[in-house]
Formats: sequence, structure tokens, C-alpha cells
Amino acid sequence: QCEEEWANFTPNWLLVRTKRKFSDNEDIVEENPVSIKVMSSYNLQRQSLLDMSLIKLQLCHMLAEPNLCRSVLIANTVRQIQEEMTLDGSWPVMTETLNTNQNPSDRLIATEILCRTSKDCEEEKTFSVVTYDNLHTEEVLEDSLCITSTEEVPVFLPNTFGAWEREDLKKNSDDSKPTDQVFGAFELKSPVATPDPSIDELFSDVDTSYYDLDTMLTGIHGTPKMGPYDLLDSLSSSHSPSSVTSNLSCRSDLNELDHIMEIIVGS
Amino acid sequence: MGEDADTRKINHSFLRDHNYVTEADIISTVEFNQTGELLATGDKGGRVVIFQREPESKNEPNCQGEYNVYSTFQSHEPEFDYLKSLEIEEKINKIRWLPQQNAAHFLLSTNDKTIKLWKVSERDKRPEGYNLKDEEGRLKDLSTVTSLQVPVLKPMDLMVEVSPRRIFANAHTYHVNSISVNSDCETYMSADDLRINLWHLAITDRSFNIVDIKPANMEDLTEVITAAEFHPYHCNLFVYSSSKGTLRLCDMRASALCDKHSKLFEEPEDPSNRSFFSEIISSISDVKFSHSGRYLLTRDYLTVKVWDLNMENKPIETYQVHDYLRSKLCSLYENDCIFDKFECAWNGTDSVIMTGAYNNFFRMFDRNTKRDVTLEASRESSKPRAVLKPRRVCTGGKRRKDDISVDSLDFTKKILHTAWHPAENIIAIAATNNLYIFQDKVNSEVH
Repeated sequence: QCEEEWANFTPNWLLVRTKRKFSDNEDIVEENPVSIKVMSSYNLQRQSLLDMSLIKLQLCHMLAEPNLCRSVLIANTVRQIQEEMTLDGSWPVMTETLNTNQNPSDRLIATEILCRTSKDCEEEKTFSVVTYDNLHTEEVLEDSLCITSTEEVPVFLPNTFGAWEREDLKKNSDDSKPTDQVFGAFELKSPVATPDPSIDELFSDVDTSYYDLDTMLTGIHGTPKMGPYDLLDSLSSSHSPSSVTSNLSCRSDLNELDHIMEIIVGS
Repeated sequence: MGEDADTRKINHSFLRDHNYVTEADIISTVEFNQTGELLATGDKGGRVVIFQREPESKNEPNCQGEYNVYSTFQSHEPEFDYLKSLEIEEKINKIRWLPQQNAAHFLLSTNDKTIKLWKVSERDKRPEGYNLKDEEGRLKDLSTVTSLQVPVLKPMDLMVEVSPRRIFANAHTYHVNSISVNSDCETYMSADDLRINLWHLAITDRSFNIVDIKPANMEDLTEVITAAEFHPYHCNLFVYSSSKGTLRLCDMRASALCDKHSKLFEEPEDPSNRSFFSEIISSISDVKFSHSGRYLLTRDYLTVKVWDLNMENKPIETYQVHDYLRSKLCSLYENDCIFDKFECAWNGTDSVIMTGAYNNFFRMFDRNTKRDVTLEASRESSKPRAVLKPRRVCTGGKRRKDDISVDSLDFTKKILHTAWHPAENIIAIAATNNLYIFQDKVNSEVH
């Protein structure tokens, strides 16, 4: 990989956070019996690129009619990152730390919405979510649970092209093969979490790109309940100020969409 | 590069600019007609402005004809798609002129969804001397009519009339990015992100789908069409480019649906330059056939490439437009600049290629001498009739006076749309909401 290129790009907010947390958590770190591996700069930056891309895809849905070329290119980038992360075993998995009193805004939404494989859920292992705050991650390779070797690890990409193809949504919600879908919405809720049929029905024939994250988050075990606005808040606190204004406009867009949805659904 | 020598040979004089002030006036397309007499611009507000070149004055043989506004009209209006609750932008994505066949001029203009054929005609005479109507058009009292007269045509002030002749609608689900008139002058194609349709200019209720890359499952979508163009004289051949950096040459004689390409032009990826942004920067934003029909010119984010139709595995020439941006790709991805779609252009003899960049810079590459130049389109740096000064972006090495450093480039000032006169060294540059027309003085001295 182009290490040189990455070396040039480290957003200030990331540098500040990492420095601060290192000094703050030193005591805690020592107490933690589990071996700690500090994420390399490359991995951090790759993660931030992934987050950025997912945000861009989300914001795509907020616009009137997203630029399809841009969406496709961003989605391909996400796929590339995911493939690479899968290969080197750093594709993070759902974790028990969600049940702790961690401040949701410290977590990366990107890692939260990743699918658990069925194995993970059965064994209820403890994994650390890669966070900027804690800056530690367990060596997931040791447990080899996030490597679903032959299966493609499902990536959550909230109905990326849903705005373009409403008719496809009907087919997707009927399809019960989650691991095949990369861009499907509902199938990529944790396959183990009991799917809420009422939510599925409600959204089955409607463009749900705006609602995806909401239903996703409520479907995940142990996740503190977060609405779409909380999501945007947590995203904005983790990212550069420039995204705050776009989050504000997202919020008003969501309101608008709610209103439009009411009219269409006739509630 | 010997800048002094080049400025002696190629003198560019700044002729005219039009300063618009609102966002709706952002120019979104620029196109000369086949003779170069007319120049059309489209803007974000759905308007088209046509400039006409004044004939060279006999009194001042050295004074090249200037371009003046010929006609302005509203081509597209904003629409609302009630089914999807989405706005359809009125922004003009492309304008293409039809070859002139009679006194009137015809052009095609398109927004995201609808293509329109416009007739531009002049009226400089009007009939006078009607028997039944008076000068104001009111009916005459028949009792006052004592003799019959034949109405005669009298000259009047020139009036340019623009009228819509055809509206080609409802054929595109996705956003139209290109239109191209066939050399047969009867058909044209329109391309959106996933499909290309072939139209007959006289028929608006039907079009043939000739390329369809939409996957059965939209989730499998990984590639879109970014530009398309007909061959300049083989009416059966056309090319389309993709977001993965490939070019496909298709032959309409081969089959009705040209999903199978006749030729696939793709350069293998350079493994040493591989990054997460490799695919994005390889996406082709524009493709143009050379006037000769032998070559293709493509623009991707960092380079322009010349391809020989006879060689599919790599381009024959690659020119770096702004390679200093290669280390900034992550930032450019963050601010979305990496998705900017720059156009490219050939000069009339296919010896020089031109494309835009940031900071209101545009670049020209001479294919024969391998020299290149960076020029700036801005009011501050150009006075009327002044010679354009070559600019330089310094990338950290020795810095000369007047060099711009990479970090002080203004990425909001992008030159996406440029056009080159089909025969002469006259170029039209759209810099946001300003149009610049530059002209080479050398030709006039030769006369």
C-alpha cells in the first residue's frame, strides 16, 4: 500500500484524540490483562477512510437524486477496504463492549453496524471494538472468528442504490440469504438477531434508505437505542467540523422525508 | 520548458468575458458548431447562450472576429418527479450542434432526463403591404381598399428566433451524461449512467436501446457509463467510457444491442501506484474522438491519454495534468473534488490537446513537440488583448517567482468545460460562471 501517501494524511482531530487517550488511559491499559496491540497508523487511516466512505454513502441518500457514478465509486472503495481488512484479519466484529457504559459517541458507527457471524453470537466472545478512544484491539486473528473464509463477509452498505431502484427492494426483503448481499438493507441485520417482522413489513415496499440505520441499530443485541439523529451526532463528534453542517442539513432532510413518507404511506 | 520561446509563438489574447453573478449562471457546457461561427454555452439555470463570431472587418484585417451574444433562451425548466419526490435539475449537461443543412442552425441540448432539439433561425425581412391588414395588423375597412397591392419583403432589424422542434423525453431512468450526433445526420445517441439510446432526429416517441449495463440486481452494480461519442465519420461506430477506466468501441452493425464491445481499451493498473483511490482516479470523465477518427482522447482525474483505435492494451500517449495531487487524494476524496468531471478537447489538427484543472488553470499539451503549458483563466491575471502568462505549480522544489504552491490552489475554481474551435486556434474556457474566449494572434499576422 501507499504508505507514503497515508503518512501525509492524518487529520488533526485523529492525532489529537490519539495523543490524549494514550496519556489518559495509561493506568487502565496496564490493568487490562488482555494483550494490547496498538493499531498501526495505516490501519487507523484505513478505518477512517472506511468511515468517511460510509458517511458519504449515507449522505448520498439525503440528496434529491444521488449521483450514481459517485455512489458506485464510493461503494467500490468500501468493498476494497473490507476485502483487504478481511484478508489481514482486522475486520472488526460485534462486541460485548457495547453493553458497557461506553459513550456511544466514542464508538465508530462503522464498526457497530458490521454483521456478526453466527459463530460469534453463539460463543459470546469478548472482542474489542476498534475505537479511537481506547486505541486497542485484540488480535482477532488468534480467535479467527471474523474470518469467514469462503463466505464473503457481509458488509453493511445501507441500500446504496435504493434511491434508484425501488422495485428491487421488494425482491431484497424477500430474499433470505444475507451473506450474498453486499448492498441489501434488511438481510444485513445481524442474522442471529431475531428479525422483527413488523419492521420488515412496514418497510418492505418503501424506499427505506433513510430508515436503514435506525432499524439496524435497534436490531442489534445490546446496542443502546439510538435514533438516526443520535447516529449523526455520534458521527459528527468523531469527524471534522466540516461534516457538522451537513449533518444539520441531513436532519432537516430526514424531517422532510418523514413528512413525505407520511403522505405516501397515508398514516 | 522554454516558456519564453513558446509565448513568442503562441500569443493568446483575452477577448471577452461575461460575468454572471448567480449560481444559476454557472456554465455547465460549452460547444462550438462545426464551422466555429457559433459558440453555445449551457448553464445550471437551464439557459443556453449562443455567441456568434463577427465577420472579420475589412477595414482592420488584423482584427479577428470577436464573439458576441447572438441569442439567449431558456432550454430546460426545473421539474419535479412526483412519483419519486425528486427534483429534476434544469442544468444543461451537454449541447451538441447538428451539421448545418440550410439557413437555420439546429442544436441538441439535454438536462438529466430530457433532450431537446432547437431551431435557431434569423429573420431580417418582413412582409409589408398587406391588402386586408394595416401596418399594425388590424383588419382594414374594406371600403377603403381601392386597389390591390402585392406585399413586399422589407428589411428589418435582425431577429434571432429560437424554437423547440423536438422533445425527446421519458427514455432515461438515470442521468444523461452525453449526447452525440451521428455522422449520418439522421440519428443521435444519448447516454445515461447505465444505458445508451439511439434516436432518430425526427422521431420522439421511440428510441432504441443500444447499450445496457444495468445488472439484474442493482446491488451488483460496480461500473457506470461516464461518456459516449459517435465516430466522426463511421456512422456505425461509437465509443463509451466507464467509471472503471475502460473504453469500449462498439459496432452497431454487429448486433442490435451492443453490449458486446468490438474493442475494449484498458490500461493495466500500475501496481506501484496502487491505493484505495486507484479506481476512482482511473474513472474516465470524458472521451473524444480525434478529428481524424483515428485516435481517442480520454480524461481521468490526473491524466489525459491518447489511444490509437488499433491498440487496445494501452494508450499511446499519457500526459500528466496535475500529478502533484497524487499525494493529496485522501483530502480530495474527503471534499469530493476527486469526483470532479473534467472534459478534454482536441485542436482542429489533432496536434494539441487541452483540458482544465483547478485554480482556474487549464493545460495544453502539444503532441508533436511534447511541450505543455499551464494557463490561467481569470480577470485578475488577464487584461483584454494581453498575452496569457504561463503559470507554474511548484511542488516543493525550487520555487520561482509567481509560482503557486500546491497548498494554495483554489479547488473551488475548477475548469471543467473547455472547447476548441474546429479549425482555428480559438478556445472557449468556462470558469465557473465566467466564459473566457482566447485567441491565437499568430494566424491574423500571417494574413
